[in-house]
Amino acid sequence: MTALLELRDVGARYGAVDVLHGVDLDVVAGGVTALLGANGAGKTTLLRAVCNMRVRGSGSIVFDGQHVGKWPTEDIVRLGIAHVPDGRGTFVQLTVAENLAVGAHTRRDKAGVARDVERVYGYFPRLKERAGQQAGTLSGGEQQMLAIARALMLKPRLLLLDEPSFGLAPVVVREIFRILSRINRDEGVSILLVEQNANLALDVADHAYLLETGRMVMNGPAATLRADESIRRSYLGY
Amino acid sequence: MVAFLHQLLSGLANGGIYASVALALVMIFQSTHHINFAQGEQGMFSAYVALTLIQAGLPYWAAFLAAVAFGFLSGAAIERLVIRRFAHAPVLTVVVVFLGLLFIINSLAGWLFTYNVQAFPSPFPPGLGNRYLSSHEIGMMALTLAMLGLIYGFFRFTSVGLAMRAAAQNPESSRLAGIRVNRLLTLGWGLAGVVGAVAAIMAAPIVYIEPNMMSGILLYGFAAALLGGIANPWGAAAGGFIVGVVENLAGAYVVGTELKLSVALVIIIVVLILRPAGLFGRAVTSRV
Repeated sequence: MTALLELRDVGARYGAVDVLHGVDLDVVAGGVTALLGANGAGKTTLLRAVCNMRVRGSGSIVFDGQHVGKWPTEDIVRLGIAHVPDGRGTFVQLTVAENLAVGAHTRRDKAGVARDVERVYGYFPRLKERAGQQAGTLSGGEQQMLAIARALMLKPRLLLLDEPSFGLAPVVVREIFRILSRINRDEGVSILLVEQNANLALDVADHAYLLETGRMVMNGPAATLRADESIRRSYLGY
Repeated sequence: MVAFLHQLLSGLANGGIYASVALALVMIFQSTHHINFAQGEQGMFSAYVALTLIQAGLPYWAAFLAAVAFGFLSGAAIERLVIRRFAHAPVLTVVVVFLGLLFIINSLAGWLFTYNVQAFPSPFPPGLGNRYLSSHEIGMMALTLAMLGLIYGFFRFTSVGLAMRAAAQNPESSRLAGIRVNRLLTLGWGLAGVVGAVAAIMAAPIVYIEPNMMSGILLYGFAAALLGGIANPWGAAAGGFIVGVVENLAGAYVVGTELKLSVALVIIIVVLILRPAGLFGRAVTSRV
């Protein structure tokens, strides 16, 4: 199996504060990879480092054979990496439909974009009902759906998801994760999923990594991590 | 009645200028959260470029287009070469930079073109006028309205316009959508430069051209932007027309021409006290 995204010895810092140290991580093409860890372990920072956003990174980040470590965010994104950031990045004053159009900014195939709008509405029918509504008036769950839908409009090969469950009701979270599995299966989009909710993440992931205070401490098939005694006690809570 | 209608309509005509200046200010405010105090001087300099080319023998509209292009390029250059370096600077630093630009452009114009007050031609044939409006006022109103309409269409219906609105609201999220935010910022400054240049060239036949010609107009532009809502370009444009009418009627019937400019200051103060978001400003609400 080939890695679509390959991180080797990656470090990252905000100003003078080191957050990541010598991190290795592979995202297998077509798979769902989960990145677990407690609050403040550096999960969000790792995703930001991949997109060269707000952090100073070091080490090697290779996406589909290209060393993207020093590239501007826009160019990394244009290779086919869609990042659903923490806080969801909603354009609150634009309508739902306009948010999706912004997501398709890099594409020139108008007919394809129109088809994809209908396809993402198929995943998230509630967004279709609210197409003309200002995105800032959506509920938290709807905004998370919109963020994922906007990311899909880029036609990504890799989807980076930063805590899609954050602050949402359990029933909404289940719905979103069900749809994420479908997207992974139907669209062949690889997913790197950052989650504090390890249970949830291990349900959908094939492979998982565990980050503790900026260092990778464990990785393996999701089932293996689920069975691990220390993970169970510290992260799964049973 | 004729006198009243004349004041009203000519206020609307002036309002087109204020609306344009207000729109230019709001365009830059939305993407940078700063007020470009040099906006008026940029327009004034473009008007001098037009005048110089006309005096050199170029047809009016050729000179007009060249000056508008100059407005675009100089606006884009100011963003690229100066303002971008202060993207992460404290607000007060940026205010000082803008004031510095104002004085630099003003003095540069005085040095190159002298401080003498000069007449500026109007491109509109005299036959257009009627008893309410002069032909220049009619042409100026039509041109500024057409420009506002074009800018509106650009932001509302084109993908670049949408990307500019997105980039102004949430630059980081825009980058994650592959939008080249820095390029759009430069484009936005260029467009604001165009709008300001057209406003100054249209105002010049009325206020005459000299390096300080825009100081009063910029004040009315501020008043218009605040009145309509600094976060709402179309509110700001509407504010321009309201300010134009209020200024003219107050000048004719209430305070007299000498105190006309203080009307703008009164509007600014009253708006800031009573309705800081402006008449059409929406307080941005969002659920989390």
